[in-house]
Order: sequence, then structure tokens, then C-alpha cells
Amino acid sequence: MLTHDTLGIVFANMHEQSVMDMTQERSMASLPFGGRYRLVDFPLSAFVHAGISQVGIVTKSNYQSLMDHIGTGRDWDLARRKGISFLSPYSYTSSEGNMVFHGRIEAIYAIRDFIEHAPCEYVVLSDSDHVCSPDIEDIVNFHIRNKADVTMVCRDPDPDPDNVSNSIAVKVGDDNRITDIMFNRYSEDYLQSINIMVVGRLKLLELVEEASSHAKTMFERDILLANLDTLKVCAYRCSGYVRRITGLKSYYKVSLELNDPEVTAQLFGSQVIYTKVHDSPPVRYSIGCSVKDSFVADGCTIEGTVENCVLFRDVTVEKGAVVRNSVLMQNTFVGKGAELDCVVSDKDVTVSEGKKLSGDSEYPLYIKKKSVV
Amino acid sequence: MKECVAMLLAGGQGSRLYALTQNIAKPAVPYGGKYRIIDFPLSNCANSGIDTVGVLTQYQPLELNEYIGNGKPWDLDRLDGGVHVLPPYQKASGSDWYLGTANAICQNIAFIDRYDPQYVLVLSGDHIYKMDYRKMLDVHKASEADCTISVMKVPMEEASRFGIMNADENGVIYEFEEKPKNPKSDLASMGIYVFSWSVLREYLLRDDANSESDHDFGKNIIPAMLNDGKKMQAYAFEGYWKDVGTIASLWDANMDLLNPSHPFDVWSKENRIYSRPLSLPPHYISATAEVQNSLITEGSQVYGSVDTSVLFGGAYVEEGAEVSYSLLLPGARVKKGAKVMYSIIAGNSVVEEGACIGGTPEDSESIDDWGIAVVGPNLTVGKNAVIKANAMIYDNVQEGEVKC
Repeated sequence: MLTHDTLGIVFANMHEQSVMDMTQERSMASLPFGGRYRLVDFPLSAFVHAGISQVGIVTKSNYQSLMDHIGTGRDWDLARRKGISFLSPYSYTSSEGNMVFHGRIEAIYAIRDFIEHAPCEYVVLSDSDHVCSPDIEDIVNFHIRNKADVTMVCRDPDPDPDNVSNSIAVKVGDDNRITDIMFNRYSEDYLQSINIMVVGRLKLLELVEEASSHAKTMFERDILLANLDTLKVCAYRCSGYVRRITGLKSYYKVSLELNDPEVTAQLFGSQVIYTKVHDSPPVRYSIGCSVKDSFVADGCTIEGTVENCVLFRDVTVEKGAVVRNSVLMQNTFVGKGAELDCVVSDKDVTVSEGKKLSGDSEYPLYIKKKSVV
Repeated sequence: MKECVAMLLAGGQGSRLYALTQNIAKPAVPYGGKYRIIDFPLSNCANSGIDTVGVLTQYQPLELNEYIGNGKPWDLDRLDGGVHVLPPYQKASGSDWYLGTANAICQNIAFIDRYDPQYVLVLSGDHIYKMDYRKMLDVHKASEADCTISVMKVPMEEASRFGIMNADENGVIYEFEEKPKNPKSDLASMGIYVFSWSVLREYLLRDDANSESDHDFGKNIIPAMLNDGKKMQAYAFEGYWKDVGTIASLWDANMDLLNPSHPFDVWSKENRIYSRPLSLPPHYISATAEVQNSLITEGSQVYGSVDTSVLFGGAYVEEGAEVSYSLLLPGARVKKGAKVMYSIIAGNSVVEEGACIGGTPEDSESIDDWGIAVVGPNLTVGKNAVIKANAMIYDNVQEGEVKC
């Protein structure tokens, strides 16, 4: 449990341009993942496990599904006196009229009242593009111990080009201090940021006020990189399971990694990941079904063959249907004798009897929400 | 003021569930993969628009109290009403444990009076069924009865195991027989009553003053009302209803869920059954697993073979283990090469490698000796131990030991 009061802030929309298809009607934070979760569950659960009880969620667009998911925050134990606050797409009035923020600096500037009034010493800022279960208490304590102005949470570098695009790499010198920041480039000498930061609350307000008055927009470039000599920016190395969702391909790949028990032990074993409760009944496996190597959420009915899949809640696989190497989101229906291979189906998709669909493991086939094939 | 308040009798020990109810009250016993028995009456209340429920607890209430909590999962955390746990309490003029079902309600007259209801619905915490209590209440109102009793048809040859209601063609009950030798009708009481509160209140007080009474609804209150010529109406319920008061019936009721032609549909979104969630990740079926005709829920991991069984949250079946016709309650673990047949393994118990639990009816010398084997909660069954069919295990079993 953290010894200092700390505020959590989740940015719900950052990076969603990279997974365009799946975020057409939802925010990055509400992207379904792992059978019953949405990406926002990872930072929220990590906050709650560290004892953070006040969280702001910064939204910009497409946030209806996110609001529906979060509700009162009860399922994360955040239905508290000062629990979870939706920081709706704060349009702020400027000399140019009503504006919606661009970039993290404007986003924070737009919610500065909320941060000013939070009775906290530190602020943890997190995007929702990473699948991980970080120890926030350890991260904040690291920040305090190092007397840092800003701490960036980082992972070992991954040369996968998909991972490098839109990534932030940092070079770490003595005393965990960051000496350089690079954008969209891989180097084995640099760590990669996982877009979680710790800042003192007053420091954050001061930095953002200053940057905002100079029309700056990008936090990492305009505040951190520009001031590396005067600000003490430290890197915390996160050693557990960390994956970044950068598009359909990585979404697919990371999803199927859940069929590795070591991955699930790391992701779910150290701390419970909370999510919205749905009251789905247990999964029914009928006589004659065949299921291997799959991660299956409650509410499914399995009569056919399922191999190496992630099935979200309430998926139906009828008799004679064969589903392999696929991720089927909530309420996907696979009719009799249909065959799917390397498919990502969004919510409420119906694949009719006998249809055959396949993609490639490097290029999975995505089926849009509510489609009927 | 509330039209109807529900009182749920949840204080019984459930002694015929033996090892399963050593530390918990019967309504807290797990059922159907992710439910507990009490989820059924609570969800039925929520789905019937009854928003005020008193839960009468007495025997081992801790786990049940925690489970009910503020009633949020059943939408019973209300500003006015909601779910209230009601243990016996001390009064200015002496106090006592709940002496019987009627006495439990009688001791809580003040609770019911706070809501000034017209009707009181009395429920049991040991039945699995889905029911819209509004329909029963409608019958009660339309027939202007003082008491309406939910009944269902049972096979005539089994009727002598139940409380039998003899009613005329309009459903007006003229006689009640508890477990009659020669039943005159096949209408069994389901232990679900609607009373007009003013009438019940009077009978409860009268019963309370009678030191000879067992203070029981079936034995005392209902016969007394019949004797006085109060209007007693039968409400015929059609659908699945099961008393899960014994090991065999609890196992049966779980197996019913695996029968594809069985009418009981826990899964329909209509009148959904709610439960307090465990927040576990989806379950995992490995490449070495073999799963047939089973119910599996969150947090489970299956590496071995599972056939015609129910796996509750966090159950674990290791590679080479075989589980058939069994229930693995939350957190139960069956290790490599162990065999579990026709058994109930209670919460967090571990069956070590090579152990063999339970047996098939065919392998039993006589069907009378056969039964479901039960391993109580938080126990370890040692390596290569053998637990015969029908055994009831309360303590750890050592390596290689044989238990009958």
C-alpha cells in the first residue's frame, strides 16, 4: 500500500489511430482483450492494487463503450467518495473558440482543475495500450527514492518493427537517470517506454502550465526531452510480462499468447485484474466437442472443435464448426460446419452455417462488429 | 410502505450435507459452477421486483454474510429496503436462538413492521429453481387467501417423502399431511409461502405463546390456520424445482445441468441468476486436455481429462488426471494421474498424485452401498490413497491410506 496519497490518470484515447479498425466505435481503453477484459482494466487494476483510490479517466472521443464498461467504478472498488471521475472530452475555451485537446500537454492542461483539487502528492499517468500488470507501489517508491521529477516506466527493447512505430525509447545513464529520448526508433542500448509515468502533483501542474503557455503539445518531446539537463527524469525497468498493442497483428499475436500458462501466471497471478461483471453462466462443453489449447470466458457454448483460440463471453461454436488460431469477441456465433482460421471477430459477429473464412497468422482476417457473414 | 417483503430462512445447518456444511450454512453451498444455493431465491426476488429481503441466519453465518454483503450482485443494495442479514439478537426481555422457522420470523416482526407490508413471502435457502413470485402473489390476491402455498406435482410413489397438500378443484387447500404413508394427492409443498401479513402476524404471536409448539411453519402455523378455517390457496408451479438438502440431491441437481434434454435453463437471459463474482481470468483448456459434456468456469485450468463434470472457479486438473461425473468446488486440485469419479471435492482440497476417489455404481458390490464420495473443504488426500464410493472425508487422508 502506498504511503503517499497518489492520483491515477488514464488516457483513454492515446494511440488508437494504430488499431483503427477495432477503435472505430470505441476508445483504445475499451478495446476488448483476453476473453473478458478491456485494456483499461490493466492500468485501473494496477492502481487499485497499489492503494490508489482516486482515478481520472481522460477521454476524447468514442467513449460511450468505456463509460458503459466503467459505470460507477464499483467493479474496481473505485465507487468511493472520491473514486473514479470521467474527464469527458474537455473542450476548453481559448482565444480561438472551443477546442478539443491535441496531445498530452493540452489534455492535462484541460483537466488542471481536477489535478489541483486532488489531495495527493503524486500522480501516476498511464495510457491504455499495454497489456501488463505493473507494481505501481514499487514504481512510486522508486520515484520517491530517486528524488526524480519524472519517472518513466520502461521495458527491455523489442526490435519488432510493429513495436517500434510510435514508440518512445530512452537511454539510461547513472542513477537510473534518462540521458536521451528517441522517437520511432529501435536501439538495443535504449529501453522502451510503456507509457506509464510518475510525477509530483505540483511539479506536473507547473510543467504543463509552462509548456502550455508556449503552445507545446507533446509531453515527452517538449517537456521531457527539451529539459533533460534540468529535470531529473528517471527510468524504472518493468521486468514482468509487457506487451504493446499497436495494431491488428500485435493484438492477434498478444491475444494468442494467453494460451501459454506462464504468460497468464505472470499477468493474472501477481494481482487480480478487475473488470466489469457480466453474470454469464459457466461454459457448456457438449458431448462430441473437441477443445485444445484455448482460453475461454464464461457464457460460451461449445459443440464443435476449438483449437488455439481466445473466446470471449457468450461465444457459440455449433456442432461441426471448426475454429482454429482465432480470437472471437463477445457474442460471436459460429454456425454448424463453419470453419475459421486466423480470424479476429469483433463483438456480435455471426458466421453462418458452412462458411469458411481464413486469414494468415501474419495477417489475420478481421470481421467488423455486428457483421453477418 | 412495501407491498411485499421476503423473508429467507437461511439458518439451517444442512446436516445431511455433512462435510460440505461443517463451516458454512447450507445456502452458501456452491452449485452449478459459479453459484451458491442462495443465489436462486435472491435472484428470483430481484427478478420478481421484490426489493426488501430479510435473510435469517443462525448456523455458521460468516461466509454467507460476506457473500451477501450489501446485496449489490442481486441489485438489492437499495436506499429503502434491500437485503438485510438478520441473526438472532438480544432483547430487553430475554433472548433466544431461533427455535424454529416460525420463531425466526416471529423474532423479526419488528423488522417486517418497519416496512408495513401487506404480504410476506417466506422462502427457504435450499432450493434450486427459477420462479416469478409476482405470479404467486397475483394468485394470492385474486383468491383473497390468507395464505398461498406453492405446490408442484410429484410422482405419486414419491409423494410420501413430501408435505402433501390436499386441495379442491379451485386449489383451496382443505388438508395438509406431512410425509403421509398413503398420500391422497400428488401436490407437494415447495416450502414457499405468501401470507397476508396481518394474519401471519397474529398466528406467529399465538404460536410464540404456546410452549408446546415446535414453532415450525409446516408443523404448527399451517395446521393451525387450516384448523381455524383460514383460506389456504395452492399455487401450482410448473418447472424445475429441486431440494438440494442431501449429497445425492445436490449431485443430481448439478448433473441435471449437463443433461441436454433437461428443461432447467440456468443460462437463459430471462430471469437470470446472479452471483457474487470471483474476478478470475477465463479458464484454460490445454493441448493435453480432453473435455466432454462438462461445465467449466473462470479461473479453472484443465490439462487432464474431464467428462460429465462441473468445475467451479479456479479448479485445476493436472495432466493425466481423470475426472468424471464429479464436482470440483472452487479451488479444488486434482494432481497428475489421480482419478476422481462420482465425487464431490470441496473447496481448496487437493487430491495428490495417483489417488483414486469414488467409484462407479457398476463397480459397487451392491447398489445400496454405492453413493457419491465427498472430500470436505481444505483437505489433502495423500498420494495413491483410495477413497471408496459413498465415503465422507472430514480430515486429511495419508499417503496410501484406504477410506470407506
